[in-house]
Amino acid sequence: MNTIFKPDNAAQVLDAVAWAVVAETPLEVVGGGSKRAIGRPVNAGHTLDLSALTGITLYEAEELVLSAGPGTSLANIHAVLAEQRQELAFEPPDYGSLLNGEPGAGTIGGAVSANLAGPRRLKVGAARDHFLGFEAVSGRGEAFKSGGRVVKNVTGYDLSKVMAGSWGTLGALTSVTLKVLPMAEKVRTILVLGCDAATGVAAMTKALQMPYEVSGAAWLPDSLAKISNVSYVRGAGAAVAGIRVEGPGPSVEYRCAKLREQLAIFGEIEELHGHNSGTFWREVRDVTPFAQPGDDRIVWKISVPPQIGATAAAALTEMLQSEAYLDWAGGLIWLAFPVENATDGAHEVVRDVIAACGGHATLIRANAALRAKVPVFQPQAAGVQALSRRLKESFDPLGVLNVGRMTVGM
Amino acid sequence: MEMPKPDQNVIARRVEIATALQKIVPGEGVIVDEDELRPYESDGLTAYRQLPLIVVLPETTEQVAEVLRYCHANGVKVVPRGAGTSLSGGALPLADGVILGLGKFKKIIEIDYENRCAVVQPGVTNLAITDAVRDLGFYYAPDPSSQIACTIGGNIAENSGGIHSLKYGMTTNNVLGLELVMIDGEIIRIGGKHLDSDGYDLLGLLTGSEGLLGVVTEVTVRILRAPETARALLIGFPSNEAAGACVARVIGSGIIPGGMEMMDRPAIKAAEAFVQAGYPLDVEALLIVELDGPETEVDYLIGEVERIAGENAAVSIRISESEDERVSFWAGRKAAFPAIGRLSPDYYCMDGTIPRGRLPEVLSRMAELSLQYGLRVANVFHAGDGNLHPLILYDANIPGELDSAEAFGSDILRLCVEVGGVLTGEHGVGVEKRDLMSAMFTEDDLKQQQRVKCAFDPSSLLNPGKVFPQLHRCAELGRVHIHKGKNRFPDLPRF
Repeated sequence: MNTIFKPDNAAQVLDAVAWAVVAETPLEVVGGGSKRAIGRPVNAGHTLDLSALTGITLYEAEELVLSAGPGTSLANIHAVLAEQRQELAFEPPDYGSLLNGEPGAGTIGGAVSANLAGPRRLKVGAARDHFLGFEAVSGRGEAFKSGGRVVKNVTGYDLSKVMAGSWGTLGALTSVTLKVLPMAEKVRTILVLGCDAATGVAAMTKALQMPYEVSGAAWLPDSLAKISNVSYVRGAGAAVAGIRVEGPGPSVEYRCAKLREQLAIFGEIEELHGHNSGTFWREVRDVTPFAQPGDDRIVWKISVPPQIGATAAAALTEMLQSEAYLDWAGGLIWLAFPVENATDGAHEVVRDVIAACGGHATLIRANAALRAKVPVFQPQAAGVQALSRRLKESFDPLGVLNVGRMTVGM
Repeated sequence: MEMPKPDQNVIARRVEIATALQKIVPGEGVIVDEDELRPYESDGLTAYRQLPLIVVLPETTEQVAEVLRYCHANGVKVVPRGAGTSLSGGALPLADGVILGLGKFKKIIEIDYENRCAVVQPGVTNLAITDAVRDLGFYYAPDPSSQIACTIGGNIAENSGGIHSLKYGMTTNNVLGLELVMIDGEIIRIGGKHLDSDGYDLLGLLTGSEGLLGVVTEVTVRILRAPETARALLIGFPSNEAAGACVARVIGSGIIPGGMEMMDRPAIKAAEAFVQAGYPLDVEALLIVELDGPETEVDYLIGEVERIAGENAAVSIRISESEDERVSFWAGRKAAFPAIGRLSPDYYCMDGTIPRGRLPEVLSRMAELSLQYGLRVANVFHAGDGNLHPLILYDANIPGELDSAEAFGSDILRLCVEVGGVLTGEHGVGVEKRDLMSAMFTEDDLKQQQRVKCAFDPSSLLNPGKVFPQLHRCAELGRVHIHKGKNRFPDLPRF
């Protein structure tokens, strides 16, 4: 029988894991469950549900720091930060609509464990770059911590980095501490209309090579632009590249003017103000183009060197009858193709294209059977794989925590 | 400070080891003469000295791999070394260990403006990266004050910061990829020109690992377009409290300056006497706030910071009107260490980080400790991110004074931890803060870190004696301790 342990505090998390160690029984570690459908299905007899470890335990706006239980909802954190005009600058995406049609269920522990990042990734980094410290219980049934509450800290190994993006396979988090940042006073988006993927990447590259602190750069093909909720994008009748500028008012106006001037050679220019900018970048961030009602296509998230983005996306869309859009100035490809095309060969095509250009592909939306069969995360070179396995064993030698979530046996 | 007891068997095999290394690195790549070993006997933490067994200076990744394979097979310890500017003894040699110097890895392999990154060898200096991309208006953001000499490989080992890390991050936020040689000679590649990891974030783990996990032979870093302009304010305050409050208000109002540095009265006086930067001498604390970005933005933010400073009891405010003037504001701060060095035969530079709001309390308790130990202290402070550099003045020729300075330093770092901060913000643990680790971490915390070390280096041959106060054998650390009484089904909410 699958028992769900739902501890209320760190001591109970320790109890549950210590029991599993003694019983040599694997646990599936979950928070809000909003990303449970990402990764390989975990074959565990019992569930360790951390969603009751909620609450902001420390928030000092002037120190730019926040600590919370891992089960604290992102919605709660966003609301508390917004009161002080602050935010999680890495823009944690909400894949709820994409995965199961239920947005708003994400937790801070989940955002960190999946090392999420939105469009601002190219300027401020991912969750890992804002994750200052944590407390957790290892798969040995031992409570341990790393990092702290200050930004500048090189005391001991930076275990926060490996915990971020480890999908609960190294430790069950009991507290997380993150850096927070001020919200920008003003946001504008320059749209370059009618550019194909290659021209879009050229425009985004040009924008990033200028001193205008671009904080988002995405490209949508015509077919996806026309389902946007932003009227300028929907009505463009063409592919669209969006370039975001944020900061103090006068600075944003100045930078927008400069960018409009410099980017005019790539296509017709439009400008989105605050509200529309917000909608546009939320759509890019949350993969809304592939989260329309009835869309059940296979979705891949692919990280590549930005200059490769357009050609890799073009190759994949042609071979797999798929659709793709680009974020991170070309460095992130979101790819969707029909379920009926999801043959073994199709997944190998994705891997081969990525292996050729450097980068990695993650299967984000697929049914459990497919996720059990196809490697969800990019297979690694033998040496890196062996090292990662030893790292897993150093935290969880018996395979108690989320074993198999990332790769077979890990 | 006790280092692991040297292995006399290894020392006895010195000639044999040198001969083997010479086969791997022919020519002048192996150093055995005492005179030539001397320059390697310490790093930037000069209070500790030890002649290494041998120094080897390979020129290729394959040679590094062969050297490590040999040392691994023969049980010889290895201390990796870049430019040797570490302030925590991270590159302190071992009597029974080989120094593996990366000084010959000086090539900039590729500059890729389109992907906004540079691929370089680890012996390239931090500043040389910026110099190589400056023509097109780019730069490499982390700027440790030793940037003219320190190498990017050393920056990876220490996760170096600098005055701009408040806005642009530390090394770990600016590295994309590494080539790494493991202790057994295996060469692996992590990351590349793309973002994020395909599995566990080994890149993040290796950055700041102080040479204990592997030897980096190639680095891919992010390069950024330099801001259009930068201007600075020089603000004097009647108290440390007022300066601290101003820093909090600047950040609380949503401004993240490119740099925000604070100096206390002894540091201001020393700097002014040394370089005549035009610092006010009638203030208790001085703040340098630098804003960078487009001119419009900088002008606007300068106005904002000026207003906030005025509301926080500033007694003098100067705003740079030219690049020369901006540079002159920094001249005193940048010369602060040597300036303070002139006041005393020796000084000891500390590196704790505290929550910014605790600064006044920490400074006043530091003043009490100064009286107690009978040693003067001056403070420079990366105010934006809470990284404190107290400089303790002492005279090594007076018996017992070095010990006093170290004890004073340890008390300061314990104080940093007590108020919610950490032992080291950017200099690393090395040998210097090794024995203080238990002030911040529990036994279980430290054991988990050492288990990570075991995953990379199970025989503990890479830079042993650094970072961890106690060396445990990996076999012992690997055991799972079954907790008695835990075989009962846990008594907690379940569904």
